[in-house]
Amino acid sequence: MTKTIKEINEKIKKGEAVVVTAEEIIDIAEKEGVKKAAQKVDVVTTGTFGPMCSSGAYLNIGHATPKIKLGGGRAYLNDIPVYTGFAAVDVYIGATALPDDDPRNKVFPGEFKYGGGHVIEDLVAGRDLKLVATAYGTDCYPRKKLETWINIKDVNEAVLFNPRNAYQNYNVAVNLSDKIIYTYMGGLKPNLGNANYCSAGQLSPLLNDPYYKATGIGTRIFLGGGVGYVVWQGTQYNPSVPRKENGTPCVPAGALAVLGDLKQMKPEWLVGTTMQGYGTTLTVGIGVPIPILNEEICRYTAVKDDGLWTQIVDYSEAYPQGKKGGLGEVSYAQLKSGKIAVQGKEVPTGSLSSYPKAVEIANILKEWIKKGDFLLCEPVAYLPGPESGYTFKPLRERPIEN
Amino acid sequence: MISKRIVLHFPHRLAGQPIVCKLAKDYDLEFNILKAYIIPDEEGLLVLELSGEDKSYEQGIQYLTLIGVKVQPLSQDITRNDRRCSHCGVCVPICPAGAFVVEPLTREVRFHDNECIACGLCVRACPLHAMEVTF
Repeated sequence: MTKTIKEINEKIKKGEAVVVTAEEIIDIAEKEGVKKAAQKVDVVTTGTFGPMCSSGAYLNIGHATPKIKLGGGRAYLNDIPVYTGFAAVDVYIGATALPDDDPRNKVFPGEFKYGGGHVIEDLVAGRDLKLVATAYGTDCYPRKKLETWINIKDVNEAVLFNPRNAYQNYNVAVNLSDKIIYTYMGGLKPNLGNANYCSAGQLSPLLNDPYYKATGIGTRIFLGGGVGYVVWQGTQYNPSVPRKENGTPCVPAGALAVLGDLKQMKPEWLVGTTMQGYGTTLTVGIGVPIPILNEEICRYTAVKDDGLWTQIVDYSEAYPQGKKGGLGEVSYAQLKSGKIAVQGKEVPTGSLSSYPKAVEIANILKEWIKKGDFLLCEPVAYLPGPESGYTFKPLRERPIEN
Repeated sequence: MISKRIVLHFPHRLAGQPIVCKLAKDYDLEFNILKAYIIPDEEGLLVLELSGEDKSYEQGIQYLTLIGVKVQPLSQDITRNDRRCSHCGVCVPICPAGAFVVEPLTREVRFHDNECIACGLCVRACPLHAMEVTF
């Protein structure tokens, strides 16, 4: 039994497509078997809502009179520096950018109350942002200074463009040292005081498509409450990692680069985020629809938390020093039970990724498809799989001798 | 028996008086100080768990109110902004009092403000700034 995306889209247009979430397919496959489930179900929707640091947005603010060339100059949105190394009035705001005068970790742990991620949230929420820019002035762009309020409804383009989102699996972070540490995985209490993880597990997009057989460049997705697209593999893409029998990687592996029109997104799905002692980021809502083209794809989507595994990593020493070797493997079912065993100790778990929000995203996407508002896109190219030999390399440092 | 977590705001003029001592001696109330600070020349703040017989507790609170101490329940001062909370659950193992509990089925995080000891750890640890302290 095979289906094509075209056939599924015809059913969606007629309102006849059977769409279920990645949670619901588990029961269907268990009760009716994968073969029947694959015949019955046309689309499985996934979802994830967690902090994703490699996120940002570009804006074209429009030309002032007289004109100014921000390229090569400096610009700030709500005191957050934005990247200006493009043409005259294009800027890029990154989620982790901080005000020049933020004390950062000088007063430890830093509070990081407002950064690039918060600017993106304010922008999407329709709030006015203060733009302050300086430039060097040219014959065709004579102006050297600009101070103005801007609003998303007035700028030309506002595009969310995230180079790495929706990581396919992630480490469980713990702290073996005797002092509290502050990381991108949250505050970690000393002597294995807590274990933090960050994945929607059985609802996570790429854990439901472990070999990237349904997701590729051009896949239309739920992004930040609106519609977006997968545009490339995410940075640090690493498909050639150890995998379980069900195909899912047991370490961080694939990721998605995603893009979409920020003007149709919603602030509740793009939330400015602070990691105490670490910095700012953006919590992003993503949902990927998986077309059930055959039994194999259906089997992948029926994966459960007890079949998804990840590594426990010490963030006081092993992670910062790039030392190999974890502290063991746990399943997402164990993580969600509220405690795991590490080195013989019972450690309470905390999640950075919101499962209730992931469920909500998968349900919203399901409704969009069922109503015929959202058609699936045939990828123009699939993402590199384990057979590609594509790997994630560390930096090879070469000393610069003067 | 009654046991409540309360926030006491002391006006400047009461800063030098042994008020909590009176609660114990005259009203036979047990207290457990959770937090205390004084802003010089302005006010003092004390977060207490206060326990005792119902009648004594009532009389103790009456005494506090009468001398000009503002008394309010702690739950009024530590609140969760439900619009910002995503129910991620990172606060759950951070809270030393076990005030956050994950519902096993929905995985939503419940905040039991009666368990809160006002340490403020969750306020700083919440990535979305959903926890708020107002005292």
